[in-house]
Amino acid sequence: MKNENIIQYIYGIADNALILGQRLSELCGHGPSLETDIALTNMALDLLGQTRSYYQYAAQLMADGKTEDDIAFLRIEREYKNVLLVEQPNKHFGYVITRQFFYDVFHLLLLQELQNSKDEILSAVAKKAIKEVSYHQRFSSDWVKRLGDGTKESHQKVQDAVDDLWKFTDELFHMTQDDMLAVESEIGVDISLLKEKYYQRINKVLEEATLTTPETKWFQKGGKQGIHSEHMGYLLSDLQYMQRTYPNMEW
Amino acid sequence: MSEKEIKNPGTERSRSLEEIFEQRIARDEKIEPKDWMPEKYRKTHIRQISQHAHSEIVGMLPEGNWITRAPSLRRKVALLAKVQDEAGHGLYLYSACETLGISRDELYEQLHTGKAKYSSIFNYPTVTWADMGAIGWLVDGAAIINQVPLCSTSYGPYARAMVRVCKEESFHQRQGFEIMMKLANGSPEQKEMAQDALNRWWWPSLMMLGPTDAESVHTEQSMKWKLKRKTNDELRQQFIDQTVPQADLIGLTIPDPDLKWNDETGHYDFGEIDWDEFWQVVKGHGPCNKERLSARVNAWKNGEWVRDAAMAYAKKQEDKKLKKAI
Repeated sequence: MKNENIIQYIYGIADNALILGQRLSELCGHGPSLETDIALTNMALDLLGQTRSYYQYAAQLMADGKTEDDIAFLRIEREYKNVLLVEQPNKHFGYVITRQFFYDVFHLLLLQELQNSKDEILSAVAKKAIKEVSYHQRFSSDWVKRLGDGTKESHQKVQDAVDDLWKFTDELFHMTQDDMLAVESEIGVDISLLKEKYYQRINKVLEEATLTTPETKWFQKGGKQGIHSEHMGYLLSDLQYMQRTYPNMEW
Repeated sequence: MSEKEIKNPGTERSRSLEEIFEQRIARDEKIEPKDWMPEKYRKTHIRQISQHAHSEIVGMLPEGNWITRAPSLRRKVALLAKVQDEAGHGLYLYSACETLGISRDELYEQLHTGKAKYSSIFNYPTVTWADMGAIGWLVDGAAIINQVPLCSTSYGPYARAMVRVCKEESFHQRQGFEIMMKLANGSPEQKEMAQDALNRWWWPSLMMLGPTDAESVHTEQSMKWKLKRKTNDELRQQFIDQTVPQADLIGLTIPDPDLKWNDETGHYDFGEIDWDEFWQVVKGHGPCNKERLSARVNAWKNGEWVRDAAMAYAKKQEDKKLKKAI
């Protein structure tokens, strides 16, 4: 597998961590309680830490002097390969938790496979991240249950979020050209095989949370090809603000 | 001590209780939550510890303002962790305060209604990235000077919370100084950004150490209870003496034309502080007082349904357990 394809494969995983970490970090200081504020920030820190490990590796593969920051801040929107799910805005706590839950369950399944990668660095990053993401999944699943089986209001709010965000779940399992190459070279994960287990886990938690699994068969896609939702540009204008305004400086 | 003595303040015997209490403090003994304490001691501690806790929580906002726009991944992660530490400090301090017989919800209520104060410095806006450096360096620097003596204050839970807070604050201060140093050694735009931040944060940082001794209403009693070990003016002088050489080191200029080393006193002389500005901000008319408070109130209001859900869910789980047990 060519370095160029490995780099694209890394973006496919790491961009999700970056964008979700960015979304969560918007909430720092505004959480519904100090404890949840601290927990959401912890998850943002974990995700951004993972992002750094992946991007540092990608920069090393590029071997042209580019750094993790060039990758994080200086690509154009079409070059970010995150799924649509993670860029969705923090509409309210129910959306934040549902988005997290839908991503965490996938993320953990992915990492559990990625730790067997023949690529030593990817395997090492995955092993470390598994510990973090197991906690994320527990946190978000617990909160889905609390909100779903809490009050009438919380039930409705989290059900709305589940209904709205459901359409972004299918994209998680779409194989790109780089995914296929990575699977062939035994460094990547065949994510299409994770789908069944994913929906089983999701459905189990939704059921415990007394929530209804949406029946729609219509899904959205495009993030993996760099075609994002309208929210993405605004997220990037915050993210990239300093690097764009003051190019070629050290911070 | 009999219960009767404790329940009858104002009598001869309760005066003797107070004497014993004052003697314990004089001997540097720690006062613990279940110990007898004068009502004024309890109230003063609730006021000070909660004010401190509120400052941590409100203090998350000006820095939180730059997390999404931090210029590098390393800086983003460090800033996020720093703001999270402040939430942690808030948590220990609210817990310390709760040992005095008041709930966190009541304390929030006091903050949200404007009854309780928080450090005025957080009512200034953070307009550039360099403000993250200036806040760490100056604001956390001034906070440490205020707080280190509190590690040995008389009230046990507060003193213990402060040990941990101070360790983290001193890390934050170094982190802030490092941001400033990088900017000061950077491009002309970066250097200008750093100088501008120092210009804006210098005077508010001096004000942060409180009104002059002549104007300070709580100093005398607080010194007695070891809630304070040095006066505001002494602390301010210490901050200036410590900070000026640091500014020199990175080639930034303190925005005070009257600043001058005084060989006789062994301290820096400094210019007049604009106390009108200080009181304006304290009284609620600073640049961001309204925004800061409304951000806190909104977070609390918007989170109500979430907290209610967690309580309702916990109760349901408890009921289920009980049913099973029966």
